[in-house]
Amino acid sequence: MERNPDIRRDYVVKMLYKKYDVVVIGGGLAGLRAAIEAQSQGASVLIVSKLHPLRSHSGAAQGGVNAPLANNPDSKDDSPEKHCFDTIKGSDYLADQDAVEIMTSSASEIIYELEHWGCPFSRTDDGRIAQRPFGGAGFPRTCYGADKTGLYMLHTLYEQVIKHSIDVITDFMVTFLIVEDNTCYGLMGIDMAQGRLETIVARSVIVATGGAGRIYGKTSNALTSTALGMAIAYWAGVPLKDMEFIQFHPTGIISKHILMTEGCRGEGGHIVNKDSKRFMEKYASKLMELAPRDIVSRSIATEIEQGRGFVYPADGSGYVHLDMRHLGSAKIMERLPGVRDICLDFLGIDIIKEPVPIQPVQHYTMGGIDTDINGTTVVNGLYASGECACISVHGANRLGGNSLLETLVFGRRSGDAAAQYARAQRQKSYLPQSAINSLSKFYESHFRKIAQSSGKEKHIVLKKELQETMDRYVGIFRAGADLQIALDKVRTLKNRFKYLFAPATGLKFNCDITCHLELEAGIDVAEAIIVGALKREESRGSHSRRDFPNRNDTGFLKHTLCYYNPKGEIKVSYKPVTITKYQPEERKY
Amino acid sequence: MTEFRVFRFDPEKDKVHCFGTYEVPWEKGMTVLEGLWYIIDNIDGSLAFRSSCRAAVCGSCAMHISGERWNGKYRLACNTLIEKLLANGEGTITISPLSHLPIYKDLVVDMTNFFRHYESIKPYLIPSQTPPQKEFIQSPKERKKIEQSIDCILCGACYGSCPVAGTNPDYLGPHSILKTLRFYNDTRDTAKKERLSLIGNNKGLFRCHSIFNCQICCPKDLDPAGAISQMKMKLIFQKIKGLMGLG
Ligand SMILES: Cc1cc2nc3c(=O)[nH]c(=O)nc-3n(C[C@H](O)[C@H](O)[C@H](O)COP(=O)(O)OP(=O)(O)OC[C@H]3O[C@@H](n4cnc5c(N)ncnc54)[C@H](O)[C@@H]3O)c2cc1C
Ligand code: FES
Repeated sequence: MERNPDIRRDYVVKMLYKKYDVVVIGGGLAGLRAAIEAQSQGASVLIVSKLHPLRSHSGAAQGGVNAPLANNPDSKDDSPEKHCFDTIKGSDYLADQDAVEIMTSSASEIIYELEHWGCPFSRTDDGRIAQRPFGGAGFPRTCYGADKTGLYMLHTLYEQVIKHSIDVITDFMVTFLIVEDNTCYGLMGIDMAQGRLETIVARSVIVATGGAGRIYGKTSNALTSTALGMAIAYWAGVPLKDMEFIQFHPTGIISKHILMTEGCRGEGGHIVNKDSKRFMEKYASKLMELAPRDIVSRSIATEIEQGRGFVYPADGSGYVHLDMRHLGSAKIMERLPGVRDICLDFLGIDIIKEPVPIQPVQHYTMGGIDTDINGTTVVNGLYASGECACISVHGANRLGGNSLLETLVFGRRSGDAAAQYARAQRQKSYLPQSAINSLSKFYESHFRKIAQSSGKEKHIVLKKELQETMDRYVGIFRAGADLQIALDKVRTLKNRFKYLFAPATGLKFNCDITCHLELEAGIDVAEAIIVGALKREESRGSHSRRDFPNRNDTGFLKHTLCYYNPKGEIKVSYKPVTITKYQPEERKY
Repeated sequence: MTEFRVFRFDPEKDKVHCFGTYEVPWEKGMTVLEGLWYIIDNIDGSLAFRSSCRAAVCGSCAMHISGERWNGKYRLACNTLIEKLLANGEGTITISPLSHLPIYKDLVVDMTNFFRHYESIKPYLIPSQTPPQKEFIQSPKERKKIEQSIDCILCGACYGSCPVAGTNPDYLGPHSILKTLRFYNDTRDTAKKERLSLIGNNKGLFRCHSIFNCQICCPKDLDPAGAISQMKMKLIFQKIKGLMGLG
């Protein structure tokens, strides 16, 4: 019986939309920067996004974006080389050094460009872009607009999209890439406003769908940061790289897990345990609270484990305090008004008068869709950039402020590369018949299944179990036995997923169906995270194995690649890290 | 327990809207948005609403919310605590979509008109000279002039609350005028005259009847009404300058 009449095959191949040279999936910073670049290269460009671009999670970024502008009196001696070295050391030497060099040498110029487009950065007394200290950086290098940097950057880029009249389709959830003979011809998805399946044809496609934090329960990420964007590329044959490297941010507020930016510590905030002691002096005596995030998060977790934290009764989890009282109300109101509002709204705490209860929360996926320095994937015509991609510039641990920079630098590069590729394909036909056939196949395998589903499982139950598994067994500290439990659990979930039931009918803003698809993606991507973590028998950056506490450069100075295998176990292979100037050393702060 | 009364309407299936009622268990610190998700996850997966950041920064979740203790107001579901709406921990919370915009489904509205107005005011920096090699110089004092208006998240609460926007779909809306002020006051921008002419007309400044709903409801505590009066003053000033042959 067909319960979902809107899921009809004739919608799939109707193709109501125009054909484009470049279609960008996602309207966050990476997607917008890519689109602006591709259009400036003469390509016809469409941005398709499940959210209006201004609702993207980039807008929630608070602390700032790194560039060695040397505007702060304390950063006179800063340079692209020093930014490059800090990033590589921060990555625990897993970042590709050629990629990092590209990022840090373009940083200043791309930030000036954004400023020329109107981005309202905070200012130094002499009217230059203001910069604050951030973790793992030798100089105050993080350009900021109060604690709303992401919001200002996102609005600025969207303003350019308006100025250049780039086409945008919103409320469109992409669920499938059309790939035939290792070439991408477009995509398919749900037009949620119209309530139907739709196909968009393109010469090249850029995936810029952001992070996958919602695989975890305790995460700073938006409700919409699900793994679906990474999964569509993974399902289409592109490996996911270095997925085991998940960043836990030291300071998420208890209960809601909303972020307190690293800027809180950059401006001088302290982290203290229940004895009011600044314990970071034990773990990173030089940089203290401004050590890289992996180190600070591990230190907090250790303090809690050893009984020097507080206990949050609602869920029994441990926490410590982020204390900003000594900064004074003037500085807080000028530099950190947003986080003050968050604490007032959600905890009823005024950071001017009280310390904030915080605990480490999932924050960032260092890994992602495997690309080269131009966003190119192994599938012709398919590109990726932003948090969903892994180039890799962050290696095993990202430094705060480098992600926003990455979205700009590599968003621009992927836009350029996709436009060049599309130009070279101009003589060829858009969509070969064989690709249309594969579309129908996908329709059969996916949507019919949902339309006719009759099982008893509910997506919310499976999602909660997935999140609890990841929180518990694939967190800050890991161990082989725990990871095996997680893997078994995820594989059971995969099986139970077949019996999922989506009671709501229709495709119009139907959460039963979108949650269904996002859950499937979450399970598959979680599996890649766990498999990568299990096989990496060493500790490096954010990946900290209790059973293998040391870094092992002979065995594991290499990137993990996970390939999707519809018929069985994930295939794993490795590729070397690109080392140019900096040989791996012990990482001390 | 509290009762959520939620506006339900699917224009393709229903002739008129109705309110669905749902029993939602709650605890201290729970938000209206979490209540809506509770309904999707446990009672009715067909309920439609928008949300993303759950931290009052993305602007997805503006809707009309009223409870026992607070009068109804357009606000963000994600930073509205249930406890603040209820009198003795019990009672009903009523939720409707943003007004003046076509409904896609339930609480999800079609924001096209809202964004079309915003886009019509040329919401992007129009700088004069070819840009300097580094950044434009702007002192902290100069930046202060844009400090409020850059924080607008375009959630639409002001637009939904404005009765003029309801009777005049062509009215640019408080958000568009606030955004005009944002660029007008930016020392790097050079299109002051053009900006005034884009809103100094019957669709813009002169449509506003100074009802101040926008000022009362802005979830970010911004002042669109103040922006409208400031822009009116600037327009008058420019007209006078014109009459005196100085403009
Ligand atoms: C709370 C927080 C604070 C942060 N602060 C900082 C900071 O101070 N400095 C820093 O450098 N980094 C920071 N980060 C990290 C940084 O913000 C993100 O990594 C970055 O913004 C990601 O940008 P993006 O363009 O890749 O993705 P996003 O901004 O997440 O955009 C993803 C886009 O893809 C669309 N999309 C997703 N899936 C689909 C689909 N299936 N179909 C169609 N569209 C889809 C969405 O609608 C959205 O438009 C922070 C992150 C968080 C969570
Ligand atoms: S969900 Fe983003 S503002 Fe409410």
